[in-house]
Amino acid sequence: MSDSLSKLEKRTAYTLVLPAVLLVFAIVLFPIFANVWISFKDIELKDIRIPEPRAKKIVKSISENQSELKIIYKLRNSSLIQEIRNVKFQDKVPTNVSPINLDPRCNFQSKKIVCNFGNWQAKYRENFEITVVNNKGEIIDKKIIKSQKPILSGKADNPLLTTNFTLENFKKVFYENNFVELLLTTFYFTFFGTVGAIIFGILAAQLVNQNIRGRTYMRGILLFPYVGPVVALAYTWTLLLDPNSGTLNALLINFNIIEQPINLLGQKYITMSILGFEFKLRLALTTVIFFEIWRYFPLAFLFILARLQAIPQSLYEAAEVDGASPIQKFIHITLPQITAIISILFMIRFIWNFNKFEDIFLLTGGASGTRTLPINVYQQGFAVSDIGMGSAVSIVIVMLLLSFMVIYFRLIGKRANEV
Amino acid sequence: MKFKSLAIFLIISSFFLTCILSIWKIMATLQGLSFTNLNVTPIFLIGILLSLAFVLIGNKINHLIKIFSISFIFSFLYFYLNEASPYWYILGVFLITLFFTNKLKKYSTQSLKEDFISEKIIFDFITLFGIVFFAFVILFPFYIMLVTSFKTQIALLVNPLDFSLDFTKSLAELFKSYFVIFETYNFGRYILISSAVSIGTVIVTLLFAIPAAYAVARLNFFGKNFLSTSILIIYMFPAIVLVIPLYTVFSQLGLRNSIFGLLIVYTATTLPVAIYMLQGYFKSIPKEIEDAGIMDGQNWFGIILKIIIPLSLPAIASVALYVFMIAWNEFLFSLMFLDSPKSFTLSRAIQYLSGDAETPRQYLMAGSVIVTLPVLFIFIYFEKYLVSGLTAGSVKE
Repeated sequence: MSDSLSKLEKRTAYTLVLPAVLLVFAIVLFPIFANVWISFKDIELKDIRIPEPRAKKIVKSISENQSELKIIYKLRNSSLIQEIRNVKFQDKVPTNVSPINLDPRCNFQSKKIVCNFGNWQAKYRENFEITVVNNKGEIIDKKIIKSQKPILSGKADNPLLTTNFTLENFKKVFYENNFVELLLTTFYFTFFGTVGAIIFGILAAQLVNQNIRGRTYMRGILLFPYVGPVVALAYTWTLLLDPNSGTLNALLINFNIIEQPINLLGQKYITMSILGFEFKLRLALTTVIFFEIWRYFPLAFLFILARLQAIPQSLYEAAEVDGASPIQKFIHITLPQITAIISILFMIRFIWNFNKFEDIFLLTGGASGTRTLPINVYQQGFAVSDIGMGSAVSIVIVMLLLSFMVIYFRLIGKRANEV
Repeated sequence: MKFKSLAIFLIISSFFLTCILSIWKIMATLQGLSFTNLNVTPIFLIGILLSLAFVLIGNKINHLIKIFSISFIFSFLYFYLNEASPYWYILGVFLITLFFTNKLKKYSTQSLKEDFISEKIIFDFITLFGIVFFAFVILFPFYIMLVTSFKTQIALLVNPLDFSLDFTKSLAELFKSYFVIFETYNFGRYILISSAVSIGTVIVTLLFAIPAAYAVARLNFFGKNFLSTSILIIYMFPAIVLVIPLYTVFSQLGLRNSIFGLLIVYTATTLPVAIYMLQGYFKSIPKEIEDAGIMDGQNWFGIILKIIIPLSLPAIASVALYVFMIAWNEFLFSLMFLDSPKSFTLSRAIQYLSGDAETPRQYLMAGSVIVTLPVLFIFIYFEKYLVSGLTAGSVKE
């Protein structure tokens, strides 16, 4: 009895889970593996369509005798790199109309012209002509002929499925792509974005956790940047920071804080001197990091606040009795209570920042020293149109991510279950 | 009274006052007032005097009378020290000082002798300062977005600091950018597409996620643990690595430029989060209620439909809102998959607008307002659900 029940349970479970699992497999897991395949192929954006035979039909009268017409088919292979095998052609003509001097590749039977063109090379083109006459000498209606579309078919390999592989993409990724700088920029962006978001998150949570009026409103407002659409927010910031007529530069100049407008998003380096030491700051990258912090500290804030509100008030009261100062209370009570959530947040945000594409793309497009790995995927795959290379960069991202996750589950995974 | 605590108190409180007054001045400058100097030092010095006077007067006179008279004197001084400024501006200064002196209420010559008073002062004012700072930093860009959409390109080029709205103009004139983007740039259509995609994603995601989450929460089957771990791992994976394979396959299948294609992708990418959030809630429903259902001869389908769903409506609502916001805000896939203006979503349409350097910025900002407002409204209205959803599901962006 119980055995058949558990069998039924299993069957039900699989029926319930399967649709979701299949969909996620098709759209999320399959592409990750497909990337591996594509990254070993020499393939460009224009090659991804399966080649197909095409024909454009033009109808012309040849003489004043309107019972005779010439039909020209402009035939071509849509692909510039692949051949199409065994191309078949078929077109219909109205009753009483038949072709004369038909091409030897074709034959005519029961109102149909059927041709067998054999193989077409890449870039193949031909102007194929047929002359038709009306057997009874009546006028042929051009429109009827024209409205009939020819049907073509042929066999071609799917360029994605061919089995010629190359290591060229990975060589290019590592040797011709400024790989070290790319990696450093990505880590710089990821690390400082993450740390900044968490620090501001702690500050904001600490503020809102106090007994002040309107703290629910404050919590709502603090989450605005996180819930707003990235496109709108990024463009607002671009406008705000614009060197020519942006509000920020105009304000700073107006109050005589700076003399020349600063192109915060378009300048790669700015030289600063602090205590006599001159050093170069990655200006555009820093600005992008600040945007990133602005947008994502609310998430850290929310989690830390939830944790703070769960700390029993009696701990603080006891500390008060013992005569602890506010700083001591923070260090000895608050901080130990939130380290677990902070370490989880650090990893989650680290991984997500590492993958961040939209924010940088919308603010700088990856220019002025803000090219990170995800931006590079887009640049290679769609700006340079080198799909194979883009996939190779994706593989690098996946590999790095997997290693982060291994580290995460080794170090923090166990603790995460305790929270 | 410790001299050290008094000094810290004076400096910190005056610093705070200077900061709020500077923000007020910046906001006033953006209304077209031509201030060219923040006058930080004099304000700071008067601020110190003000706090000192406050502490010295102590409880000798009624608190209300005290703060009103001090604020009045301060505003008067401020009026003299600054370039000619309109009365509404000085009124603002007066109210800010009133708020500030009211905050000073708990400090007196007595309280400055307490233990750790300097730390407490610092904490108090950092809290105040932090709230003003965070509110300003967060709301300022939204404010600029909104007011820019009501200005004209020429006005902004002439004076990039003048964001004052001219209410003498007719409404049609004021909302011109909105009319233009609806009429010339077809934003009505994009709103429809965005809504259709987002609502469609919500419905399809729930259809797939509720049964799956129920199975993960309640039933025993081989591979269950593996499945719940992989849910977590999958949603760590970035959209950017999916883009190239999906682009090539969708091109070959003719799913690019189609709303259906976008819907599939959005559903698949939000499913793991939705399942994760829902199964957590389903687990919290007492099993006995279901057992009663089984006694009544309900099958699994009946149990989900008649018991689980009605009991977990709050969780389902928060998942639905959450998925809606993800789909509405999504940008990467709509950038990759949509080339034809016929099938643009709002985000993609705004990005497309910005691609043309000739597009006046107020149109861009009007578009941004249109795409932002629904999300903010939903968020404010359903904040409680959303926040619990966000913290429960630990969130995907």
